Amino acid sequence: MKTWLTHHREAAGLAVGRLLGAPVNTLLSILAIGIALALPAGGQMLLANALQVAGTTSSTPQISIFMAQNADAKAATEIAARLKKFGGIAKTEFIAREQTLTRMKASQGLKDVIEALPANPFPDAFIITATDDRPENMEKLAAEFRQWPKVEHVQLDSAWVRRLDALLRLGRTAVLLLGLLLGTGLVAITFNTIRMQMLTSRAEIEVSRLLGATDGYIQRPFLYYGALLGLGGGLVAWLLAGAAALWLRGPLGDLVRLYEINLVLQPLGLPDSLLLLAAAAGLGWLGGLLSLRQHLRQA
Amino acid sequence: MIRFDRVSKRYPPGIDALSHLSFEVAEGELAVVCGHSGAGKSTLLKLIAAIEKPTGGAVLVGGQNVGGLSRSALPFLRRRIGMVFQDQKLLFDRNAFDNVMLPLSIAGFPPREAAQRVRAALDKVGLGTREKALPIALSGGEQQRLAIARAVVCRPSLLLADEPTAHLDTETAADVARIFHEFHQVGVTVLIATYDAGLFPGARRIQLDHGTLR
Ligand SMILES: Nc1ncnc2c1ncn2[C@@H]1O[C@H](COP(=O)(O)OP(=O)(O)O)[C@@H](O)[C@H]1O
Ligand SMILES: [Mg+2]
Repeated sequence: MKTWLTHHREAAGLAVGRLLGAPVNTLLSILAIGIALALPAGGQMLLANALQVAGTTSSTPQISIFMAQNADAKAATEIAARLKKFGGIAKTEFIAREQTLTRMKASQGLKDVIEALPANPFPDAFIITATDDRPENMEKLAAEFRQWPKVEHVQLDSAWVRRLDALLRLGRTAVLLLGLLLGTGLVAITFNTIRMQMLTSRAEIEVSRLLGATDGYIQRPFLYYGALLGLGGGLVAWLLAGAAALWLRGPLGDLVRLYEINLVLQPLGLPDSLLLLAAAAGLGWLGGLLSLRQHLRQA
Repeated sequence: MIRFDRVSKRYPPGIDALSHLSFEVAEGELAVVCGHSGAGKSTLLKLIAAIEKPTGGAVLVGGQNVGGLSRSALPFLRRRIGMVFQDQKLLFDRNAFDNVMLPLSIAGFPPREAAQRVRAALDKVGLGTREKALPIALSGGEQQRLAIARAVVCRPSLLLADEPTAHLDTETAADVARIFHEFHQVGVTVLIATYDAGLFPGARRIQLDHGTLR
């Protein structure tokens, strides 16, 4: 056990020494790995934020009824009355056009635009929750509402949620693919870097073997080297994703506020961050292992 | 300690370095292997440390057939043997101390005890004050002694040396030879390949001629 610890400490020390011994090479390798990993890391960050948004957005499907621009208060009252009599409706919420206008004006970017308009661009709206919110029934209700007078547009919110859901699934697949692709890239980078390392340490490998070193002893510093390179790259990727989060937070928040979504872009969470670092170190180690398998027998 | 039983070694493409060689070296014995250049001295030593494998016969070290050892068993044989290589095989990017430390680190010695042993080994060969020196800064004789320190630092029971006095002036060569005598005196089995058997008076001679005993 003590021997094992000593061996590992020495191997890690040797690996750190080699990394620091060629700082420019090390820095370039770490940057290359970091930039490659920043893509899936950034993707995962956006995805996690989108999931967060999707989770907080009400998932009860609703139907929005927007009145025509030229509809007056009387038309709205009539629709309200019709809705009251209509069966299968659990809840009706009326949002007056003035109310919408006030809320939109609260948004910094929109205030000027809205004030420049001659009239209130927003219509009166009803938001309806149905007692039976299965998609078929919702479609039927929406079709019915579309027939009503002075109704300009009927929107099924569940369709939007379903679309977001599909989009997120696609996003998750994309991040996974990106991760696989660039993870393979990381393995390739460390594979090659460690091959070079082995060439420069050929004398050391040969002498160690003659003095009774096991394969494990010889491989250990290289594996640490690969894992540390990967870890360094993972750290760079994490920093890049974090910087992107800070940078995009303002503009993206403004953009999605238009869709009434409140989003403060968060950097990668702790589990994702740990996963990123562990995966980077693990893949670096794997690249090293494959390289050793390939080249050590010949050395 | 060492037994060669009709050992042959043929290198590709068909060079017979050793043919049907049989001899024994007892425990605690000091023996020199001598013979002309190309007689097979280095090959003989390499077979003992299983750096090469015999193409015929059996090489036994401590009763163990070393030619048949698996790859994973080789390291443990080599840790029991101290070897001074013909080309020394020092690591030129490490100082004297770290060169001698290597076998101990490989064997997994605790660092503090290992450091004491390294200093003792360097003292023994007269390099006690040069532990920080890189091999390149050492003279030929000092390099040779450094190689010896590395070979003995694990206190092996068997010490092999391949022409340890080559390229040394007579005085330095005698110095190096004396070190081997000292190890023999404390009970280590010593086998030395040399062209100059006169440096080791009283040692048993194994005389090689074109891969056979003469
Ligand atoms: N790796 C090798 N490949 C081919 N031939 C070799 C090899 N090593 C040694 N030989 C040959 O084997 C013979 C014995 O070599 P060696 O054992 O080095 O002799 P010595 O050490 O006595 O000079 C020589 O003819 C040499 O050329
Ligand atoms: Mg020789």
